[in-house]
Amino acid sequence: MSETASPRSAIKPTPTDLFLAFFKITTSGFGGTLPWTRRMFVENKRWMSAQEFNDLYALCQFLPGPNIVNLTAVFGTRMCGAKGALAAWAGFLVVPFCVMLAAAVFYQKFGDVDAVRRVLGGIAPAAAGLIIATVAKMAMPMFRRFGPAAVTFLLTATAIGVMRWPLLLVLIVLAPVSIGLSWWTQR
Amino acid sequence: MKENILITLAVQFAIMSLLAFGGANAVVPEMHRQAVELRSWMNQREFADMFAMSQAAPGPNVMLVTLIGYHVAGFAGAAVATLAMCGPTAVLAQFLSRVWDQFKDAPWRAAVQKGITPISVGLVGASAIVLTRASDHSWVAFAITVATAVTAYWTRWNPLWLIGIAALAGLTGFV
Repeated sequence: MSETASPRSAIKPTPTDLFLAFFKITTSGFGGTLPWTRRMFVENKRWMSAQEFNDLYALCQFLPGPNIVNLTAVFGTRMCGAKGALAAWAGFLVVPFCVMLAAAVFYQKFGDVDAVRRVLGGIAPAAAGLIIATVAKMAMPMFRRFGPAAVTFLLTATAIGVMRWPLLLVLIVLAPVSIGLSWWTQR
Repeated sequence: MKENILITLAVQFAIMSLLAFGGANAVVPEMHRQAVELRSWMNQREFADMFAMSQAAPGPNVMLVTLIGYHVAGFAGAAVATLAMCGPTAVLAQFLSRVWDQFKDAPWRAAVQKGITPISVGLVGASAIVLTRASDHSWVAFAITVATAVTAYWTRWNPLWLIGIAALAGLTGFV
């Protein structure tokens, strides 16, 4: 390893490394994969710096699609091209897919059993509560100063959540308006 | 017609993933609209159950589509739904991330980002509304939603504890 190498290229993983790393991340346990991903990339393997990780994460939050899955694929490409992307992506999905498959089979067989019904009847409202908390945390900054962002937030939530209008339609109308407004206000 | 269902799953979830600004949670209302309202693949309760399982299980919450796919068309359905939801955007992200880096200092980039953010948060807000409606059929259930939301907002507890407590409350017959 030469002295001039950038921190990112200090250690370069192979596609196999990537597959195994992501496989391991998804078996590391409950409570979200993001903290584990960061720990492995930045702290254990030193595949990227903390700043690089943050930038990549911010980007993938913004792109359409399941964020963390996109992140694995973009990261894989940056490390070792298309093969890396496929390896990282597959490594990340194989365990959750099998877990969910097992859950689906279980649900089909025992979904009507009284004890299962009661447990799910308790978890479902809690899961909704968790989403409410997530939204509150994300939306709070927009309401510090009531402006276009707060209005767009409310319009989107109402159009989709209350009016139940089709997503494509709502996005076609609201996205240009919202982008236009932010373009206009930032000039 | 099994093939037809698989094609429908593939097309619908691929489109949804491309519209999922803000991640998988942003398209939960659209999944609900498609699966419960338009196509009657399942009822309210089943949808709420599946979302609950996807939140409680390890792995990304996008795996809700695996449950829906399996419910609709068995193993093939699960595989098709998962691939359709996780494949196309992963490819698209390669191009978009390059474009995005290229225009790091362009003013339009900041405007696009600033304009999309409230929409993506609004979409997750819509998910919160849809899920609360789908899962809260009693006052106790509603109380669990509120208590979880408040605790998750003001503390840094691991959400799994909250899910565990709620599961226990359900099992012991409080809900």
